[in-house]
Amino acid sequence: MSHAFRIGLWACGLLCLAVLGLFLGMAVGSQGLEPWFARHNDEVMRQIVLEIRAPRTLGAWLGGALLGLAGAVAQGFFRNPLADPFLLGSASGASLGVSLWLSLGGGTVMTVSLMSRLGLTGAAFAGACLAVLLTLFLSRGVLHTLRLLLAGVVVGVVLGALSSLVALLEPSVLQALQGFMLGSTAFVGWTACLLMGLALVLCLGLAISQSRVLDALTLGESTARSLGAPMTAARLILVGVLSLATATAVAQLGLIAFVGLAAPHLVRSLLRSTHAALLLLSALMGGLLLQVADLLARLVVSPQELPVGVLTGVLGGFYLLWRLQPGRESRP
Amino acid sequence: MSALQVRGLKVTLGSRQVLHGIDLEVAAGRWTSVVGPNGAGKSTLLKAMAGLLPSQGAISWHERPLAQIARRDRARQMSWLGQGESASLDLRVLDVVMLGRLPFMGWWNLPGIRDRAMVEAALRATQAWDWRERTLGELSAGERQRVLLARALAGNAPLMLMDEPLINLDPPHQVDWLEQMLCLKAQGTTVVSVLHEVGMALEADDLVVMDQGRVLHHGPAADPATRAALEKVFDSRVRIVFAQGHWVAVPSTG
Repeated sequence: MSHAFRIGLWACGLLCLAVLGLFLGMAVGSQGLEPWFARHNDEVMRQIVLEIRAPRTLGAWLGGALLGLAGAVAQGFFRNPLADPFLLGSASGASLGVSLWLSLGGGTVMTVSLMSRLGLTGAAFAGACLAVLLTLFLSRGVLHTLRLLLAGVVVGVVLGALSSLVALLEPSVLQALQGFMLGSTAFVGWTACLLMGLALVLCLGLAISQSRVLDALTLGESTARSLGAPMTAARLILVGVLSLATATAVAQLGLIAFVGLAAPHLVRSLLRSTHAALLLLSALMGGLLLQVADLLARLVVSPQELPVGVLTGVLGGFYLLWRLQPGRESRP
Repeated sequence: MSALQVRGLKVTLGSRQVLHGIDLEVAAGRWTSVVGPNGAGKSTLLKAMAGLLPSQGAISWHERPLAQIARRDRARQMSWLGQGESASLDLRVLDVVMLGRLPFMGWWNLPGIRDRAMVEAALRATQAWDWRERTLGELSAGERQRVLLARALAGNAPLMLMDEPLINLDPPHQVDWLEQMLCLKAQGTTVVSVLHEVGMALEADDLVVMDQGRVLHHGPAADPATRAALEKVFDSRVRIVFAQGHWVAVPSTG
């Protein structure tokens, strides 16, 4: 079986599973499994399926795909298999944006559930983007990977602390902020899906256009430059993709742990490939992971619902522990 | 006729000046080896000549200042094999060697028919064609070095710069590499290599003997003055002797 055929087969398999997940997602409600197709004449059911379950299941897939893609870009860009999409401070920036927005608007749980998602989403997106810009400013550009990494860590810690400070000064935002930090797909509608879909297409196209530069970077910085790779432009594009994908996902879903870290690892455990295939398959894998997590979050304590971020955190943690078991390959 | 000219080259790494005003002319279509003890500045010189290090002084390729040659054009003219170069162990041999064709690809970096043909030729030249579908993780260190050499050959550049290309290669494959160099030279390629294997370096046309960031001697390998400079730079701990038609380095103990 040729290499390209195997990649194609995995891509088709992951896509088919995503479609299956979409149908399952449309069938899972507060009472557990409620096959919508059996009640196709029920107008209320039709509305629940089309306006709530379908967009949230598709949104979970799109958000997971964005995080999976961002994870693969981060790991290739930083040449570190433990890099995750939030390395440039975008998560802390989004949290600070949300806490500031909530405190200015006098946020309560009710406010969060009733207000237009646009405000919260916009605050999270702006916070994530500003955090990345601050990281770029502190690292004086994108040329020095280590400086960029350190600046990202510093920005993450400082903005995280500021976010906590805002919550301390305005305790009413705590519960809503916590909801955001745990991550949820419950509020995802068609507009959010459209935004995430557009971001995914754009980010995937741009990332794949730079995939050979990521391959060349594995030969070392000097060799990549000797090959005429446009390093500055490639770094700008890759940091842009990382920021846009992460900020869009975080703004719509809150903080979802481990999907960005685990998706590329899972793909690597399935097949060894160039970054072009890794980026595509990581996006598909990330989408599937979050879709499955969303389904489990709805089913496990039905009719209640677990925050999906909690579930990805727990499952992701166990997955990494399993990967680190003695006797498994040393590369995580 | 000189292909690569270096005038007053100075390189400072951190607070230490590593190269102290090097003047050098590398002849076109010849193989030049740079030799000297550890810390002499050989690798720094090669890296600076490839335009991969900030430096003072003038470097020109066929009388064109290196700084004025566009990035991709320079990559097509010069092929670089770095010291201890590595690649992702997930990449297939074919993918690694295809990276050597990067300067010839467009925005989407899709390989064309010529790229595939050049990659196949490079893999066959290094006898690595049979492993083309394997990942680097499945190869030994010596086999990986041959793949990386194929990557450098795939660019088919008129100038090859190689820093310690014989690392991890066993004697038969060192001889293969030597034959490859002779073949490149016959095709008119200019080769500059940094070598620690003095015997192999003596097979080159010209030798540059370096110590403490300066060129002590530059001349034909066959010149007795070159051999004398070699023995001197290694504190007479090696002797250059003639055996079976080749100049070889033997340890000089006591």
